[in-house]
Amino acid sequence: MTVLDTTEHPANESVNTTGPDFANHPESFRATQQAAWEKFTSLPMPKRTDEAWRFADTRTLDISRFGRAEAVSDATQAMLVKLSIGLEHTSGQMTFANDRLLSRHFHGDSLNAKGVLWLPLEQAIAEHPELVAKYFMREEARIGSGKFAALHASQVRGGMFLYVPRGVEIALPVETYHWLSGENASLFPHTLIVAEENAKVTVLDYFANASECPGFVCGVNDISTAAGAKVTYVAVQEWNRNTLAFHMNNTTVARDASVLTLRLNLGGARVRDEAVSRLRGPGGRSDMLSVNAAEGAQIFDQRTLQIHEAPNATSDLLYKNALNDTSRTIFTGLIRVDKGAHKTDAYQKVRNLVLSDEAEANSAPGLEIEADDVRCTHGATSGALDEEQVFYFQSRGIPRRVAQQLVTFGFLSEVFERIPDAALAAHLCDLLHGKLG
Amino acid sequence: MFGQSREVQQTLKFMSLEIRNLHARIASNGTEILKGLDLIVEKGKVHAIMGPNGSGKSTLSKVIGGHPDYEITEGEILLDGTSVIGMEPDVRSRAGLFLAMQYPMEIPGVSNANFIRAALQARLPEGEELEATDYYANLYSKMDGLEMDRKFTARSVNEGFSGGEKKRNEILQMLMLAPKYCILDETDSGLDIDALRIVAGGVNSYRSPKVGMLVITHYQRLLDYIVPDIVHVLVNGRIVRHGGKELALELEERGYDFIREETAA
Repeated sequence: MTVLDTTEHPANESVNTTGPDFANHPESFRATQQAAWEKFTSLPMPKRTDEAWRFADTRTLDISRFGRAEAVSDATQAMLVKLSIGLEHTSGQMTFANDRLLSRHFHGDSLNAKGVLWLPLEQAIAEHPELVAKYFMREEARIGSGKFAALHASQVRGGMFLYVPRGVEIALPVETYHWLSGENASLFPHTLIVAEENAKVTVLDYFANASECPGFVCGVNDISTAAGAKVTYVAVQEWNRNTLAFHMNNTTVARDASVLTLRLNLGGARVRDEAVSRLRGPGGRSDMLSVNAAEGAQIFDQRTLQIHEAPNATSDLLYKNALNDTSRTIFTGLIRVDKGAHKTDAYQKVRNLVLSDEAEANSAPGLEIEADDVRCTHGATSGALDEEQVFYFQSRGIPRRVAQQLVTFGFLSEVFERIPDAALAAHLCDLLHGKLG
Repeated sequence: MFGQSREVQQTLKFMSLEIRNLHARIASNGTEILKGLDLIVEKGKVHAIMGPNGSGKSTLSKVIGGHPDYEITEGEILLDGTSVIGMEPDVRSRAGLFLAMQYPMEIPGVSNANFIRAALQARLPEGEELEATDYYANLYSKMDGLEMDRKFTARSVNEGFSGGEKKRNEILQMLMLAPKYCILDETDSGLDIDALRIVAGGVNSYRSPKVGMLVITHYQRLLDYIVPDIVHVLVNGRIVRHGGKELALELEERGYDFIREETAA
């Protein structure tokens, strides 16, 4: 996905000292940004001794070399729009580069349906300030990245706001491309999805660089549902191998609503994913899925929290990591069942396929249960490629390298079976194939 | 294979899987299992190896296939005159060797169709893609011959297969890969009579002047279905006796002890 950048963007002042990026935001939002900036500067950098940063190397989190990204040149814009190829059939696609909108296409009328808002976040903030304020980063960052969440809020301008009113079903997926361009440039992509009662929508975010330049990403995606809403959210992460990325997700699940999130992590030098699901209403369901193909020196750091506030809700987490070379994955997760959240069904499963002696997978699943009568399971397993299996492949003429690819693909792609949309599942399989070769 | 002229022997070399004075041991503990084994499997012939438990039958098949658990300390394995010692197992396979395993591995997450496809793809020159329509047509016709349901294409390799289904799947792979030499390791174990008949039918359909076969078995039963040209008896890591198919019947009747006694004497 990465291509040669045709423009040079020397790094600006460090994101650590640059202050909020007010862009064209209205006064009220600037106040929010200013407060976030003050929070960012006042909070300490994470330390390894912080529970939420266990196993992580916090010494290499210095972001001072990264500066604010500039608008990309016309030529680069044109090229990136061309490269933003996702699913064959979608309801619409937006493309951003360096947090600026490059294009927005409606395919069919679903996104024009009565009451649907599908806007670049910047426009949504300007035109629907109260609506955005009602949902924008309302949940506190609970698992470690409070400082980076504050940085995001102070810098945000790019990304998409999607509001699906009551009863509206958007049949085909809505896609957003986020490109990062320029040496040591920073990106703060935001995806805000609000699904009202019985609304239904599928959203895909793609993340990639325009070149192999080092970059920094600090993104947030928030999903808010009302009763009976159904949201599927997929993030396809293909950052280059010089990019440090934080992605923070907050999902709230209302009564009888269901949200499925899936992160496909293919790229990045170091990528930290934080995912929080709050089960707010009885009958709600949250599927938290993640597929990670780590190789080279990639580090995927995963932190999750399933909070059951209401009774009779279900959360089901499945993270799969395949690790090659000297790559590393870290998983720490917690299922929290509040008092009164009886009849909770909560599952947390992490599977690591460790393909190299030098790769390392750390997993620490956890439970914190204050209610009675719950069904919770959690577990992490790590396995290596079985040499008897390798011999079986080889005895059929299949080289070890191909055997490893086939086993890895089979191991990871199993997660896609949880996606009900067959075209989307096939698309994800293709993307995974692209990385595994 | 006995008393042939030098010329015939020379030709045979390029038309056979030849094992010469093979000594092999378990890599991890050094236990010697094969102790000077000689055998020539010519194209067009079906050889059977019978022997009691622990005689080295399964070791022989694994050593020929290049299993990393074993080390060859002496001797040669020549595939049409070329030594395969030191070759990776996948190279041996692509050179025309096939091993039907006694215990086929289960490979979760990899469909049977993709597995066989990858094996065929590995035989094509770099950059050439297997033609999917022809592949499936070929696969289905071979599956029909083995009375295998089409659902086995989409299922993970051997995962949850019954014993008989696994063995059928081995023969399916053999038929798809069209090897020059087939080693069938205890292919009859775990099969009921119906499955045995189907599996043997598949093997027999593949007999030809271009294919050499080595059938390894503990029991004579399989040899009623796959009738061998020559029967060898393996005891304590060596071939101790050769004969026609009647030797298998004799072993069935008298057990292996008389051979052990004869050999010891």
